Amino acid sequence: MSSLSVDHLLGIKGLTPEDIELIFTTADNFKDVINRPIKKVPSLRDITIANVFFENSTRTKLSFELAEKRLSADVVNFASSSSSVKKGETLVDTVNNILAMKVDMVVMRHPNPGAPHFLSKHIDAKVVNAGDGTHEHPTQALLDAFSIREKLGEVKGKKVVIVGDILHSRVALSNIHCLKKLGAEVMVCGPRTLMPKFVESLGVKVEFNLKKALEWCDVANMLRIQLERQDMAYFPSLREYTMQYGLDRALFNSINKDIVLMHPGPINRGVEISSDLADSANSIILQQVENGVAVRMAVLYLLAGKIKGQD
Amino acid sequence: MKPVELLNSEQLSITITRLCHELVENHGDFSKSAIIGLQPRGIYLANRIVKRLEEITGLENMRHGDMDITFHRDDFRRKSTPPTPSDTRMDFMTEGLKVILVDDVLFTGRTIRAGLDALLAFGRPSTVELMVLIDRRFSRHLPVQPDYTGRTVDSIASERVEVEWVETEGTDRVTLLSTESE
Repeated sequence: MSSLSVDHLLGIKGLTPEDIELIFTTADNFKDVINRPIKKVPSLRDITIANVFFENSTRTKLSFELAEKRLSADVVNFASSSSSVKKGETLVDTVNNILAMKVDMVVMRHPNPGAPHFLSKHIDAKVVNAGDGTHEHPTQALLDAFSIREKLGEVKGKKVVIVGDILHSRVALSNIHCLKKLGAEVMVCGPRTLMPKFVESLGVKVEFNLKKALEWCDVANMLRIQLERQDMAYFPSLREYTMQYGLDRALFNSINKDIVLMHPGPINRGVEISSDLADSANSIILQQVENGVAVRMAVLYLLAGKIKGQD
Repeated sequence: MKPVELLNSEQLSITITRLCHELVENHGDFSKSAIIGLQPRGIYLANRIVKRLEEITGLENMRHGDMDITFHRDDFRRKSTPPTPSDTRMDFMTEGLKVILVDDVLFTGRTIRAGLDALLAFGRPSTVELMVLIDRRFSRHLPVQPDYTGRTVDSIASERVEVEWVETEGTDRVTLLSTESE
Protein backbone atom coordinates (compact mmCIF):
# COMPACT_ATOMS: atom_id res chain seq x y z
CA MET A 1 0.00 0.00 0.00
CA SER A 2 1.48 3.29 -1.03
CA SER A 3 0.32 6.55 -2.42
CA LEU A 4 1.66 9.57 -4.27
CA SER A 5 3.43 12.29 -2.32
CA VAL A 6 1.42 14.95 -4.19
CA ASP A 7 -2.29 15.80 -4.33
CA HIS A 8 -2.21 17.11 -7.89
CA LEU A 9 -0.09 16.24 -10.92
CA LEU A 10 1.16 19.70 -11.84
CA GLY A 11 4.59 18.78 -13.14
CA ILE A 12 7.30 16.15 -12.95
CA LYS A 13 9.44 18.54 -10.93
CA GLY A 14 7.29 18.00 -7.83
CA LEU A 15 7.35 14.19 -8.00
CA THR A 16 9.77 11.88 -6.21
CA PRO A 17 11.41 8.92 -8.01
CA GLU A 18 9.20 6.69 -5.82
CA ASP A 19 6.08 8.47 -7.13
CA ILE A 20 7.19 7.79 -10.69
CA GLU A 21 7.89 4.12 -9.90
CA LEU A 22 4.45 3.80 -8.28
CA ILE A 23 2.80 5.30 -11.36
CA PHE A 24 4.73 2.85 -13.57
CA THR A 25 3.87 -0.28 -11.59
CA THR A 26 0.21 0.80 -11.50
CA ALA A 27 0.33 1.50 -15.25
CA ASP A 28 1.68 -2.03 -15.86
CA ASN A 29 -1.57 -3.36 -14.45
CA PHE A 30 -3.71 -0.96 -16.45
CA LYS A 31 -1.83 -1.91 -19.62
CA ASP A 32 -2.93 -5.46 -18.93
CA VAL A 33 -6.52 -4.25 -18.44
CA ILE A 34 -6.67 -2.33 -21.74
CA ASN A 35 -5.47 -5.37 -23.64
CA ARG A 36 -8.36 -7.52 -22.42
CA PRO A 37 -11.57 -8.06 -24.41
CA ILE A 38 -13.39 -5.93 -21.82
CA LYS A 39 -11.10 -2.95 -21.35
CA LYS A 40 -12.84 -1.40 -18.43
CA VAL A 41 -12.70 -1.47 -14.63
CA PRO A 42 -15.17 0.15 -12.22
CA SER A 43 -12.68 1.90 -9.88
CA LEU A 44 -13.71 5.51 -10.59
CA ARG A 45 -17.42 4.97 -11.14
CA ASP A 46 -18.39 7.61 -8.56
CA ILE A 47 -15.88 10.20 -9.83
CA THR A 48 -16.62 12.96 -12.32
CA ILE A 49 -13.74 14.41 -14.33
CA ALA A 50 -13.77 17.62 -16.37
CA ASN A 51 -11.38 17.89 -19.30
CA VAL A 52 -10.78 21.62 -19.59
CA PHE A 53 -8.78 22.50 -22.69
CA PHE A 54 -7.92 26.15 -23.27
CA GLU A 55 -5.59 25.11 -26.08
CA ASN A 56 -6.13 22.71 -28.95
CA SER A 57 -5.29 19.09 -28.47
CA THR A 58 -6.32 15.94 -30.25
CA ARG A 59 -4.38 13.01 -28.92
CA THR A 60 -3.81 14.13 -25.34
CA LYS A 61 -7.50 14.88 -24.93
CA LEU A 62 -8.50 11.63 -26.57
CA SER A 63 -6.00 9.69 -24.46
CA PHE A 64 -7.24 11.27 -21.21
CA GLU A 65 -10.84 10.72 -22.19
CA LEU A 66 -10.23 7.05 -22.98
CA ALA A 67 -8.32 6.61 -19.72
CA GLU A 68 -11.18 8.19 -17.78
CA LYS A 69 -13.82 6.08 -19.50
CA ARG A 70 -11.86 2.88 -18.98
CA LEU A 71 -11.83 3.67 -15.27
CA SER A 72 -15.63 4.17 -15.44
CA ALA A 73 -15.46 7.87 -14.49
CA ASP A 74 -18.08 10.30 -15.75
CA VAL A 75 -16.49 12.73 -18.19
CA VAL A 76 -17.39 16.26 -19.23
CA ASN A 77 -15.46 18.12 -21.89
CA PHE A 78 -14.85 21.79 -22.20
CA ALA A 79 -13.01 23.57 -24.99
CA SER A 80 -12.25 27.26 -24.80
CA SER A 81 -13.07 27.89 -28.45
CA SER A 82 -16.73 27.18 -27.71
CA SER A 83 -16.93 28.70 -24.24
CA SER A 84 -17.58 31.83 -22.28
CA VAL A 85 -13.83 32.40 -21.83
CA LYS A 86 -14.23 34.32 -25.06
CA LYS A 87 -16.80 36.46 -23.24
CA GLY A 88 -14.27 37.56 -20.61
CA GLU A 89 -14.71 35.05 -17.80
CA THR A 90 -11.64 34.41 -15.59
CA LEU A 91 -9.99 31.00 -15.23
CA VAL A 92 -11.06 30.52 -11.61
CA ASP A 93 -14.64 31.53 -12.40
CA THR A 94 -14.82 29.19 -15.36
CA VAL A 95 -13.51 26.25 -13.38
CA ASN A 96 -15.56 27.06 -10.26
CA ASN A 97 -18.66 27.03 -12.42
CA ILE A 98 -17.73 23.59 -13.63
CA LEU A 99 -16.97 22.46 -10.07
CA ALA A 100 -20.36 23.74 -8.87
CA MET A 101 -21.72 20.90 -10.94
CA LYS A 102 -19.88 18.50 -8.56
CA VAL A 103 -16.75 17.64 -10.48
CA ASP A 104 -14.01 15.81 -8.56
CA MET A 105 -11.03 16.17 -10.87
CA VAL A 106 -9.93 18.64 -13.52
CA VAL A 107 -7.60 17.76 -16.39
CA MET A 108 -6.42 21.06 -17.81
CA ARG A 109 -4.40 22.31 -20.73
CA HIS A 110 -3.69 26.01 -20.74
CA PRO A 111 -1.43 28.29 -22.83
CA ASN A 112 -0.06 30.05 -19.70
CA PRO A 113 2.76 28.38 -17.75
CA GLY A 114 1.71 27.83 -14.14
CA ALA A 115 -2.04 27.95 -14.79
CA PRO A 116 -2.65 24.51 -13.22
CA HIS A 117 -0.57 25.47 -10.16
CA PHE A 118 -2.69 28.59 -9.75
CA LEU A 119 -5.86 26.60 -10.17
CA SER A 120 -4.85 23.93 -7.66
CA LYS A 121 -4.54 26.62 -4.98
CA HIS A 122 -8.00 28.02 -5.63
CA ILE A 123 -10.28 25.08 -6.20
CA ASP A 124 -11.30 22.02 -4.25
CA ALA A 125 -10.57 19.33 -6.84
CA LYS A 126 -7.60 17.29 -7.99
CA VAL A 127 -5.80 18.97 -10.88
CA VAL A 128 -3.90 17.15 -13.61
CA ASN A 129 -1.73 19.28 -15.88
CA ALA A 130 -2.22 18.25 -19.51
CA GLY A 131 0.27 20.85 -20.71
CA ASP A 132 0.76 24.45 -19.55
CA GLY A 133 2.31 26.66 -22.20
CA THR A 134 6.04 26.07 -22.56
CA HIS A 135 6.34 24.79 -18.99
CA GLU A 136 5.46 21.12 -18.35
CA HIS A 137 3.53 18.22 -19.84
CA PRO A 138 3.96 15.63 -17.10
CA THR A 139 1.87 12.76 -18.46
CA GLN A 140 3.77 12.88 -21.76
CA ALA A 141 7.10 12.58 -19.94
CA LEU A 142 5.75 9.72 -17.83
CA LEU A 143 4.55 7.81 -20.85
CA ASP A 144 7.85 8.46 -22.66
CA ALA A 145 9.87 7.10 -19.74
CA PHE A 146 7.41 4.21 -19.31
CA SER A 147 7.90 3.34 -23.00
CA ILE A 148 11.70 3.43 -22.63
CA ARG A 149 11.42 1.18 -19.56
CA GLU A 150 9.22 -1.21 -21.49
CA LYS A 151 11.52 -1.31 -24.54
CA LEU A 152 14.92 -1.36 -22.79
CA GLY A 153 14.05 -2.92 -19.42
CA GLU A 154 14.95 0.10 -17.36
CA VAL A 155 15.55 3.83 -17.63
CA LYS A 156 18.47 4.06 -15.22
CA GLY A 157 21.79 4.46 -16.98
CA LYS A 158 20.25 4.86 -20.43
CA LYS A 159 21.38 7.70 -22.67
CA VAL A 160 18.52 9.75 -24.07
CA VAL A 161 18.83 12.64 -26.49
CA ILE A 162 15.98 15.09 -26.96
CA VAL A 163 16.18 16.71 -30.39
CA GLY A 164 14.49 19.85 -31.67
CA ASP A 165 12.87 22.93 -30.24
CA ILE A 166 13.99 22.70 -26.62
CA LEU A 167 13.17 26.36 -25.97
CA HIS A 168 9.42 26.09 -26.52
CA SER A 169 8.92 22.48 -25.56
CA ARG A 170 7.07 21.52 -22.40
CA VAL A 171 7.68 17.91 -23.43
CA ALA A 172 11.44 18.53 -23.30
CA LEU A 173 11.37 20.10 -19.83
CA SER A 174 9.14 17.40 -18.33
CA ASN A 175 11.21 14.70 -20.00
CA ILE A 176 14.46 16.13 -18.63
CA HIS A 177 13.06 16.17 -15.07
CA CYS A 178 11.56 12.69 -15.40
CA LEU A 179 14.59 11.00 -16.98
CA LYS A 180 17.01 12.63 -14.54
CA LYS A 181 14.91 11.50 -11.57
CA LEU A 182 15.00 7.95 -12.91
CA GLY A 183 18.78 8.01 -13.31
CA ALA A 184 19.11 8.37 -17.09
CA GLU A 185 21.71 10.51 -18.83
CA VAL A 186 20.09 13.26 -20.86
CA MET A 187 21.37 15.29 -23.78
CA VAL A 188 19.54 18.03 -25.64
CA CYS A 189 20.26 18.77 -29.27
CA GLY A 190 18.92 21.51 -31.54
CA PRO A 191 19.68 24.83 -33.19
CA ARG A 192 21.32 27.41 -30.93
CA THR A 193 18.35 29.72 -31.35
CA LEU A 194 16.02 27.05 -29.93
CA MET A 195 18.28 26.14 -27.01
CA PRO A 196 17.40 27.82 -23.71
CA LYS A 197 20.23 29.68 -21.98
CA PHE A 198 21.64 27.88 -18.92
CA VAL A 199 19.93 24.61 -19.91
CA GLU A 200 23.07 22.85 -18.58
CA SER A 201 21.94 23.83 -15.08
CA LEU A 202 19.28 21.11 -15.37
CA GLY A 203 22.11 18.58 -15.48
CA VAL A 204 21.93 17.83 -19.21
CA LYS A 205 24.56 17.71 -21.92
CA VAL A 206 24.19 20.07 -24.86
CA GLU A 207 25.11 19.12 -28.42
CA PHE A 208 24.52 21.07 -31.61
CA ASN A 209 25.52 18.32 -34.01
CA LEU A 210 22.77 15.74 -34.53
CA LYS A 211 25.11 13.01 -35.78
CA LYS A 212 27.30 13.27 -32.68
CA ALA A 213 24.24 13.23 -30.46
CA LEU A 214 22.90 10.10 -32.15
CA GLU A 215 26.25 8.35 -31.86
CA TRP A 216 26.12 8.96 -28.11
CA CYS A 217 22.56 7.91 -27.34
CA ASP A 218 20.45 4.77 -26.81
CA VAL A 219 17.17 6.60 -27.36
CA ALA A 220 16.36 9.62 -29.54
CA ASN A 221 13.21 11.58 -28.79
CA MET A 222 12.50 13.71 -31.88
CA LEU A 223 10.36 16.67 -30.88
CA ARG A 224 7.88 18.30 -33.20
CA ILE A 225 8.78 21.69 -34.61
CA GLN A 226 6.01 23.80 -33.12
CA LEU A 227 5.15 26.02 -36.02
CA GLU A 228 2.50 27.78 -33.93
CA ARG A 229 5.11 28.96 -31.42
CA GLN A 230 7.56 30.30 -34.00
CA ASP A 231 6.37 33.89 -33.88
CA MET A 232 9.88 35.07 -34.56
CA ALA A 233 12.11 33.33 -37.04
CA TYR A 234 14.34 30.98 -35.07
CA PHE A 235 15.69 29.32 -38.19
CA PRO A 236 15.74 30.44 -41.82
CA SER A 237 13.44 27.78 -43.25
CA LEU A 238 11.91 24.40 -42.45
CA ARG A 239 14.05 22.92 -45.20
CA GLU A 240 17.20 24.15 -43.54
CA TYR A 241 16.03 22.80 -40.18
CA THR A 242 15.43 19.40 -41.75
CA MET A 243 18.89 19.41 -43.34
CA GLN A 244 20.55 20.13 -39.99
CA TYR A 245 18.28 18.40 -37.46
CA GLY A 246 15.97 16.11 -39.40
CA LEU A 247 16.58 12.38 -39.02
CA ASP A 248 16.51 10.40 -42.27
CA ARG A 249 17.56 6.93 -43.34
CA ALA A 250 20.99 7.98 -44.66
CA LEU A 251 21.94 9.61 -41.35
CA PHE A 252 20.44 6.75 -39.35
CA ASN A 253 22.38 4.11 -41.30
CA SER A 254 25.61 6.08 -40.90
CA ILE A 255 25.32 5.73 -37.09
CA ASN A 256 25.63 1.95 -37.23
CA LYS A 257 23.94 1.54 -33.86
CA ASP A 258 20.52 0.36 -32.72
CA ILE A 259 18.71 3.42 -31.45
CA VAL A 260 15.15 3.56 -30.15
CA LEU A 261 13.22 6.34 -31.90
CA MET A 262 10.46 8.27 -30.17
CA HIS A 263 8.20 11.16 -31.06
CA PRO A 264 5.51 12.75 -28.89
CA GLY A 265 3.34 13.43 -31.96
CA PRO A 266 1.85 14.81 -34.04
CA ILE A 267 4.66 14.08 -36.50
CA ASN A 268 5.61 16.49 -39.24
CA ARG A 269 6.70 13.69 -41.54
CA GLY A 270 9.83 14.59 -43.46
CA VAL A 271 10.65 17.48 -41.11
CA GLU A 272 11.92 16.06 -37.77
CA ILE A 273 11.97 12.47 -38.92
CA SER A 274 11.54 10.79 -42.28
CA SER A 275 8.46 8.69 -42.93
CA ASP A 276 10.24 5.35 -43.28
CA LEU A 277 12.07 5.78 -39.95
CA ALA A 278 8.89 6.80 -38.16
CA ASP A 279 7.34 3.53 -39.33
CA SER A 280 10.45 1.38 -38.80
CA ALA A 281 11.05 -1.34 -36.22
CA ASN A 282 13.24 1.08 -34.23
CA SER A 283 10.32 3.42 -33.73
CA ILE A 284 8.10 3.04 -30.64
CA ILE A 285 5.86 5.96 -31.56
CA LEU A 286 2.63 3.92 -31.56
CA GLN A 287 3.60 2.10 -28.35
CA GLN A 288 3.96 5.56 -26.78
CA VAL A 289 0.35 6.28 -27.73
CA GLU A 290 -0.89 2.98 -26.28
CA ASN A 291 1.14 3.45 -23.10
CA GLY A 292 -0.28 6.97 -22.80
CA VAL A 293 -3.70 5.57 -21.93
CA ALA A 294 -2.29 3.14 -19.32
CA VAL A 295 -0.10 5.80 -17.70
CA ARG A 296 -2.96 8.32 -17.56
CA MET A 297 -5.21 5.68 -16.02
CA ALA A 298 -2.56 5.12 -13.34
CA VAL A 299 -2.25 8.85 -12.61
CA LEU A 300 -6.01 9.35 -12.38
CA TYR A 301 -6.45 6.22 -10.25
CA LEU A 302 -3.73 7.21 -7.79
CA LEU A 303 -4.96 10.80 -7.47
CA ALA A 304 -8.60 9.76 -7.18
CA GLY A 305 -7.54 7.49 -4.33
CA LYS A 306 -6.78 10.66 -2.41
CA ILE A 307 -10.30 12.02 -2.69
CA LYS A 308 -11.99 11.22 0.61
CA GLY A 309 -14.87 8.84 0.20
CA GLN A 310 -17.77 8.28 2.56
CA ASP A 311 -17.34 5.99 5.53
CA MET B 1 -4.88 -14.31 24.14
CA LYS B 2 -2.02 -16.39 22.81
CA PRO B 3 -1.92 -17.18 19.09
CA VAL B 4 -3.70 -20.45 18.29
CA GLU B 5 -2.27 -22.69 15.62
CA LEU B 6 -5.14 -23.80 13.40
CA LEU B 7 -3.13 -25.89 10.94
CA ASN B 8 0.48 -26.97 10.97
CA SER B 9 2.48 -27.96 7.92
CA GLU B 10 1.36 -31.59 7.94
CA GLN B 11 -2.30 -30.79 8.57
CA LEU B 12 -2.20 -28.20 5.80
CA SER B 13 -0.87 -30.79 3.39
CA ILE B 14 -3.62 -33.26 4.36
CA THR B 15 -6.26 -30.55 3.95
CA ILE B 16 -4.99 -29.63 0.47
CA THR B 17 -5.09 -33.29 -0.56
CA ARG B 18 -8.66 -33.58 0.71
CA LEU B 19 -9.72 -30.45 -1.16
CA CYS B 20 -8.19 -31.88 -4.35
CA HIS B 21 -10.18 -35.10 -4.01
CA GLU B 22 -13.38 -33.08 -3.56
CA LEU B 23 -12.53 -31.26 -6.79
CA VAL B 24 -11.90 -34.52 -8.66
CA GLU B 25 -15.31 -35.73 -7.50
CA ASN B 26 -17.04 -32.73 -9.09
CA HIS B 27 -14.83 -31.95 -12.06
CA GLY B 28 -13.80 -35.35 -13.45
CA ASP B 29 -11.09 -34.84 -16.07
CA PHE B 30 -11.06 -31.04 -15.67
CA SER B 31 -11.36 -30.60 -19.45
CA LYS B 32 -13.90 -27.82 -18.94
CA SER B 33 -12.54 -26.46 -15.66
CA ALA B 34 -10.26 -23.61 -14.68
CA ILE B 35 -8.62 -22.85 -11.35
CA ILE B 36 -8.16 -19.16 -10.64
CA GLY B 37 -6.25 -17.90 -7.61
CA LEU B 38 -7.14 -14.47 -6.29
CA GLN B 39 -4.22 -12.07 -5.87
CA PRO B 40 -2.37 -11.45 -3.72
CA ARG B 41 -2.67 -14.33 -1.22
CA GLY B 42 -4.99 -16.81 -2.91
CA ILE B 43 -2.47 -17.70 -5.60
CA TYR B 44 -0.31 -19.76 -3.24
CA LEU B 45 -3.20 -22.06 -2.35
CA ALA B 46 -4.19 -22.24 -6.03
CA ASN B 47 -0.62 -23.20 -7.00
CA ARG B 48 -0.55 -25.96 -4.35
CA ILE B 49 -3.95 -27.25 -5.41
CA VAL B 50 -2.90 -27.43 -9.06
CA LYS B 51 0.38 -29.15 -8.21
CA ARG B 52 -1.31 -31.74 -5.99
CA LEU B 53 -4.13 -32.28 -8.49
CA GLU B 54 -1.60 -32.98 -11.23
CA GLU B 55 0.08 -35.53 -8.96
CA ILE B 56 -3.25 -37.21 -8.09
CA THR B 57 -4.81 -37.26 -11.56
CA GLY B 58 -1.73 -37.45 -13.77
CA LEU B 59 -3.10 -34.56 -15.82
CA GLU B 60 -0.72 -31.94 -17.18
CA ASN B 61 -1.04 -28.25 -18.00
CA MET B 62 -4.29 -27.72 -16.13
CA ARG B 63 -6.03 -24.43 -16.89
CA HIS B 64 -4.78 -22.15 -14.15
CA GLY B 65 -4.63 -18.39 -13.71
CA ASP B 66 -4.00 -15.63 -11.17
CA MET B 67 -6.47 -12.78 -11.07
CA ASP B 68 -6.07 -9.38 -9.45
CA ILE B 69 -9.28 -7.82 -8.17
CA THR B 70 -7.93 -4.46 -6.95
CA PHE B 71 -9.75 -2.30 -9.50
CA HIS B 72 -13.06 -3.98 -8.66
CA ARG B 73 -12.92 -3.48 -4.89
CA ASP B 74 -15.69 -1.51 -3.21
CA ASP B 75 -13.44 0.16 -0.61
CA PHE B 76 -11.49 2.39 -3.02
CA ARG B 77 -11.29 5.90 -1.48
CA ARG B 78 -12.38 4.54 1.91
CA LYS B 79 -8.78 3.87 2.89
CA SER B 80 -6.03 6.43 3.31
CA THR B 81 -4.03 5.02 0.41
CA PRO B 82 -5.32 3.42 -2.78
CA PRO B 83 -4.85 -0.36 -2.83
CA THR B 84 -1.82 -1.49 -4.81
CA PRO B 85 -2.64 -3.90 -7.63
CA SER B 86 -0.85 -7.20 -8.31
CA ASP B 87 -0.33 -8.95 -11.64
CA THR B 88 -3.10 -10.76 -13.46
CA ARG B 89 -2.01 -13.88 -15.33
CA MET B 90 -4.91 -15.23 -17.35
CA ASP B 91 -3.96 -16.81 -20.68
CA PHE B 92 -7.40 -18.24 -21.38
CA MET B 93 -11.00 -17.04 -21.61
CA THR B 94 -13.51 -18.39 -19.11
CA GLU B 95 -16.36 -18.62 -21.63
CA GLY B 96 -18.34 -21.79 -20.90
CA LEU B 97 -15.84 -23.07 -18.30
CA LYS B 98 -16.45 -24.32 -14.77
CA VAL B 99 -14.38 -21.83 -12.79
CA ILE B 100 -13.05 -22.50 -9.31
CA LEU B 101 -12.08 -19.28 -7.53
CA VAL B 102 -9.44 -19.89 -4.87
CA ASP B 103 -8.60 -17.65 -1.91
CA ASP B 104 -6.92 -18.21 1.43
CA VAL B 105 -9.36 -16.69 3.93
CA LEU B 106 -13.08 -15.95 3.49
CA PHE B 107 -14.12 -13.19 5.88
CA THR B 108 -16.60 -10.49 4.84
CA GLY B 109 -17.08 -11.84 1.31
CA ARG B 110 -16.22 -8.50 -0.30
CA THR B 111 -13.09 -9.81 -2.01
CA ILE B 112 -15.11 -12.61 -3.59
CA ARG B 113 -17.75 -10.15 -4.78
CA ALA B 114 -14.97 -8.15 -6.43
CA GLY B 115 -13.57 -11.40 -7.84
CA LEU B 116 -16.90 -12.28 -9.45
CA ASP B 117 -16.99 -8.78 -10.94
CA ALA B 118 -13.41 -9.03 -12.26
CA LEU B 119 -14.14 -12.45 -13.72
CA LEU B 120 -16.71 -10.94 -16.11
CA ALA B 121 -13.89 -9.36 -18.11
CA PHE B 122 -12.76 -12.80 -19.24
CA GLY B 123 -16.07 -14.16 -20.54
CA ARG B 124 -19.14 -15.90 -19.17
CA PRO B 125 -18.25 -19.04 -17.23
CA SER B 126 -20.83 -21.82 -17.09
CA THR B 127 -20.45 -22.07 -13.30
CA VAL B 128 -18.32 -20.44 -10.63
CA GLU B 129 -17.38 -22.22 -7.42
CA LEU B 130 -15.45 -20.95 -4.44
CA MET B 131 -12.65 -22.70 -2.58
CA VAL B 132 -11.13 -21.25 0.59
CA LEU B 133 -8.60 -22.58 3.04
CA ILE B 134 -10.18 -20.87 6.05
CA ASP B 135 -13.84 -19.88 6.32
CA ARG B 136 -14.41 -17.34 9.09
CA ARG B 137 -18.11 -17.88 9.35
CA PHE B 138 -20.51 -15.51 11.16
CA SER B 139 -18.56 -12.52 9.83
CA ARG B 140 -20.06 -12.16 6.38
CA HIS B 141 -21.20 -8.79 4.96
CA LEU B 142 -22.48 -10.34 1.75
CA PRO B 143 -24.30 -13.55 0.81
CA VAL B 144 -21.17 -15.48 -0.20
CA GLN B 145 -20.54 -19.09 0.84
CA PRO B 146 -17.70 -21.43 -0.12
CA ASP B 147 -18.19 -24.71 -2.00
CA TYR B 148 -14.90 -26.21 -0.76
CA THR B 149 -13.61 -25.34 2.71
CA GLY B 150 -10.32 -26.32 4.31
CA ARG B 151 -11.26 -25.40 7.84
CA THR B 152 -14.12 -23.46 9.37
CA VAL B 153 -13.23 -21.05 12.16
CA ASP B 154 -15.46 -19.16 14.58
CA SER B 155 -13.74 -15.88 15.29
CA ILE B 156 -14.56 -12.36 16.31
CA ALA B 157 -13.76 -9.24 14.34
CA SER B 158 -10.76 -8.25 16.47
CA GLU B 159 -9.08 -11.55 15.68
CA ARG B 160 -7.04 -12.18 12.58
CA VAL B 161 -6.22 -15.33 10.65
CA GLU B 162 -2.69 -15.49 9.33
CA VAL B 163 -1.86 -17.95 6.57
CA GLU B 164 1.84 -18.53 5.97
CA TRP B 165 3.38 -20.35 3.02
CA VAL B 166 6.83 -21.79 2.48
CA GLU B 167 7.09 -19.67 -0.69
CA THR B 168 6.75 -16.36 1.14
CA GLU B 169 7.20 -16.84 4.90
CA GLY B 170 9.38 -19.94 4.86
CA THR B 171 6.87 -22.15 6.65
CA ASP B 172 3.40 -23.64 6.09
CA ARG B 173 1.13 -22.64 8.94
CA VAL B 174 -2.27 -21.13 9.74
CA THR B 175 -2.61 -19.15 12.97
CA LEU B 176 -5.45 -17.33 14.73
CA LEU B 177 -4.17 -14.11 16.29
CA SER B 178 -5.98 -11.66 18.50
CA THR B 179 -4.99 -8.07 17.79
CA GLU B 180 -3.93 -7.61 21.46
CA SER B 181 -1.27 -10.29 21.11
CA GLU B 182 0.54 -8.41 18.33
